[in-house]
Amino acid sequence: MSNKTDISVNVNGREYTRHVSPRVSLADFIRHDLGLTGTHVGCEHGVCGACVVKLDGKIVRSCLTLAVQTDGHAIETIEGLSESGEISDMQEIFHKRNALQCGYCTPGILLTAAELLEKTATPDREEIREFLSGNLCRCTGYEAIIDAVEETARERQDGK
Amino acid sequence: MKPYDFSYTRATSLSHLYDLFDEYGDGLKILAGGQSLITTLNMRLSSPEMLVDINDLSEISSISLTDNIVSVGALVRHAEIQESNDIKQHVPLLKLAIEHVAHAAIRNRGTHGGSIAFADPAAEIPACVLALNATLVLASREGERRIAGSDFFKDLYDTELRENEIIVAIEYPIAKKNTVSAFREFTRRKGDFATAGLALNGELDGKVLQSLSLVFFGVANTPVLARQVADLIVGEPITPSLIEKAQNELANEIEVIGDLYSSEEMKLHLSKHFLKQALEELQV
Repeated sequence: MSNKTDISVNVNGREYTRHVSPRVSLADFIRHDLGLTGTHVGCEHGVCGACVVKLDGKIVRSCLTLAVQTDGHAIETIEGLSESGEISDMQEIFHKRNALQCGYCTPGILLTAAELLEKTATPDREEIREFLSGNLCRCTGYEAIIDAVEETARERQDGK
Repeated sequence: MKPYDFSYTRATSLSHLYDLFDEYGDGLKILAGGQSLITTLNMRLSSPEMLVDINDLSEISSISLTDNIVSVGALVRHAEIQESNDIKQHVPLLKLAIEHVAHAAIRNRGTHGGSIAFADPAAEIPACVLALNATLVLASREGERRIAGSDFFKDLYDTELRENEIIVAIEYPIAKKNTVSAFREFTRRKGDFATAGLALNGELDGKVLQSLSLVFFGVANTPVLARQVADLIVGEPITPSLIEKAQNELANEIEVIGDLYSSEEMKLHLSKHFLKQALEELQV
């Protein structure tokens, strides 16, 4: 008794219309229907943070949001954030400081850290830890991740 | 995992929601923030026929302040509570508690009413509802009814909410000048549900509490109001011997239930520890 419906979503500034089943998560929609595979699926119950995207400008778990719910809304994924260049400084610093190993958690961490720096220009390490506490890195490279976010904040403050 | 199949519709008004209640009965589930519901769907622990998305109901999504009440709409997100000056100033316990609710991305989506309706016994918001003596406003086609937070939670994930009702608002009494609050919890991982926790709210004159609510959560099938322990403390100067007496009374009063990860003894130990910590904090 499923009612597949058409939804229109703005993803990374582009309009998409697709026919979806209500049970499809936003994460699967982004990956399978739109082919944007930078958003990763880890636990599918909101714990790991690999699937974080922006919905109407705020980070959310795309595994705990249904695609149908986003009809008429705007989504930004790591592809959008990368192409716009708005976090290129942070991406470079992540690379430089080895803040990614296998890279599976990285898109979710970048989106989460970007929101932190929008809210708090110069967070201390404890604040960075707290804000990233919902993003698991199974390579356990947390120190380097925190170093990288801290350095990004510092460089932005220095106006580089 | 992926959920079972279901149908989905967006409620355009409360009265539209009531129509859907009539049509689908217990096959209907309300989808608010979805941060617990979609988890249970993904794990196939729940399989509603119809999900009704209420996220468009702007009439239940704001915080308003009157002379003696802060009214929180059911759809207010945890992140909005965290950032609200009215909450910080007038419902300080809620501000302390919200810092422990999940993580940023979940707080952006999860709702105040949803957390209360879901009634997880280890969740922070239901404990605050009890400790703050909040009033829940429940609405159905028949109209609104108000119920005290202390009468709302019946059993594990079971509340007084009827099949054709929705929580529309939560009314918190405004803190007085001498209101004191404390919040403690222990979790296995940051942002997780509590192994055990304490929400404390009271009125302190000098070194004596004139009123006190102590709510322990994560320790039984619902959050638990420890009335006898509070009675013992109210009107007495807070001293080390009073704290010890209160800790002993706590062991008598509340019936702690262990779970898969933590024994009854561990949860009781944590509860007693938090009681001591919170009371010592008030002494300072």
